[in-house]
Amino acid sequence: MGNLIIDGKRTDGRGPLDLRPLKLEVGTIKNAAGSSYIEHGKNKIYVAVYGPKDSHRYGTSMEKAIIRCRYHMSPFSTDERKSPQPSRREIEISKVIRDALESSLILDEFPKTLLDIYIEVVQSDGGSRSASITAASVALADAGIPMKDLVEAVAVGKVDGTLVVDLSDKEDKEGEVDLPIAFLLNEDMITLLQMDGKMTVDEFKEAVKMAKEAAIKIKTKQKEALGKKYFEKADEK
Amino acid sequence: MMPKKGPIISNLRKDQILKSISEGKHIDGRELSKQRSLEIVPGIIEKAEGSASVKLGDTHVIAGIKVEVGTPFPDTPSEGILIVNAEIFPTASEYQEPGPPDEDSIELARVVDRGIRESKMVDFSKLVIEPAKQVYVIYVDIGVLGMGGNLFDASSYAAVAALMTSSFNVYRIDGDIPVKTDEKMAMPITDFAVSLTFAKIGGSIVIDPTWEEEGIMDARLTAVYDNDGRICAMQKGGSGGLKIDDVFQMVDLGKAKYLDIRKKIVEMVENAKSGN
Repeated sequence: MGNLIIDGKRTDGRGPLDLRPLKLEVGTIKNAAGSSYIEHGKNKIYVAVYGPKDSHRYGTSMEKAIIRCRYHMSPFSTDERKSPQPSRREIEISKVIRDALESSLILDEFPKTLLDIYIEVVQSDGGSRSASITAASVALADAGIPMKDLVEAVAVGKVDGTLVVDLSDKEDKEGEVDLPIAFLLNEDMITLLQMDGKMTVDEFKEAVKMAKEAAIKIKTKQKEALGKKYFEKADEK
Repeated sequence: MMPKKGPIISNLRKDQILKSISEGKHIDGRELSKQRSLEIVPGIIEKAEGSASVKLGDTHVIAGIKVEVGTPFPDTPSEGILIVNAEIFPTASEYQEPGPPDEDSIELARVVDRGIRESKMVDFSKLVIEPAKQVYVIYVDIGVLGMGGNLFDASSYAAVAALMTSSFNVYRIDGDIPVKTDEKMAMPITDFAVSLTFAKIGGSIVIDPTWEEEGIMDARLTAVYDNDGRICAMQKGGSGGLKIDDVFQMVDLGKAKYLDIRKKIVEMVENAKSGN
């Protein structure tokens, strides 16, 4: 306590509301129906979307496409080698990411199909689930899946008693609160919300508002990345 | 990886539930902000170091504590270890197949784990036998015997009650080997937190959803409150979104409600401890 914020600056020099550098690319995996790559802080994450593909296997629905989602960390993505088997953490994160994205999608146009979202974290840093959601939503747009809006996610938190946006790995580990949130901004909705650590109800509400401001900034990056692929292509013609 | 297939709710039943909720009542007749009947019975498993059975409406959960000795994690050499595991037994419903824990069980265990860990209810610094070498490993195993919705709260209460009433044999280091003694030690409990789960159904916010209600809800939110009404863990679930205002309403409702449940847990645990 007491060394994460010095003179109003965070350990990496950011102010409380500043995001880490964020870079997004669309169409990075040729075989996929949609794909993306994100660098957010030291996170490096690839997302591929396959489908909707016809399926008659158990578990498909007559009403809508069924989403499967795998969030996976490569063995070389962490300081200590990570076992390639999916951990319990990865299984849970796969589930909450699927939920966070599903609420943005219009899936009843694709009954009896599967839509696979594969997220590969090749280098991990704080906020990898948030970065994964931001990137996966762009990949889904790239795949042409109808959606209500893009989804963007960011972790807010409390370090040294101060609310800050976009936690670094150090702040996530040593800070008091980690609160990843995903937004569907058009609908003023939250599609993912998890929290570790203690804060008052009022602090929580303030944190949500800060996260929303950050999500608006991230959405601009998402649109730029999609624009770069589609509008520049259109310009060439 | 596969989304969970729950109970199939007929359209007729769905309309019934939605109508009831629009009239301000759960389908079982409760008010929307009222929890189902809650029964907590600690100490039901003699062979466990601590245990509790919780019935929340039709949901039946048992939590058992086992304590072993192990090596601490390198980054926390002077702290004991907590491991929470959950299994939805095939007894719970016709939809539950036997097999390794599915994503629902894993999420359940991890949310309960977060509530215990982040509320700092167990003083892990007192669970050290020899720093960096031997510490106590606290296993909290949760078994869902009957499915009736809102597993998060039922499992959390069971885990909390089991921990609060647990005691275990002290180990002493003999040479390099930990040896079990006859001396008993109570679980070092500092505080505990109360889990409350809300669901958004048909435009209304309800507390403690039933299984059928979960089948038609848009989304749910679990928030865990400490003694001072601060939130120490949260988890949103379900494939729908929640309006930001809904989330704020839910956490406010939780703040107004957590003390009632806290009192209930304390009362039932004290009853059990005084050995009736």
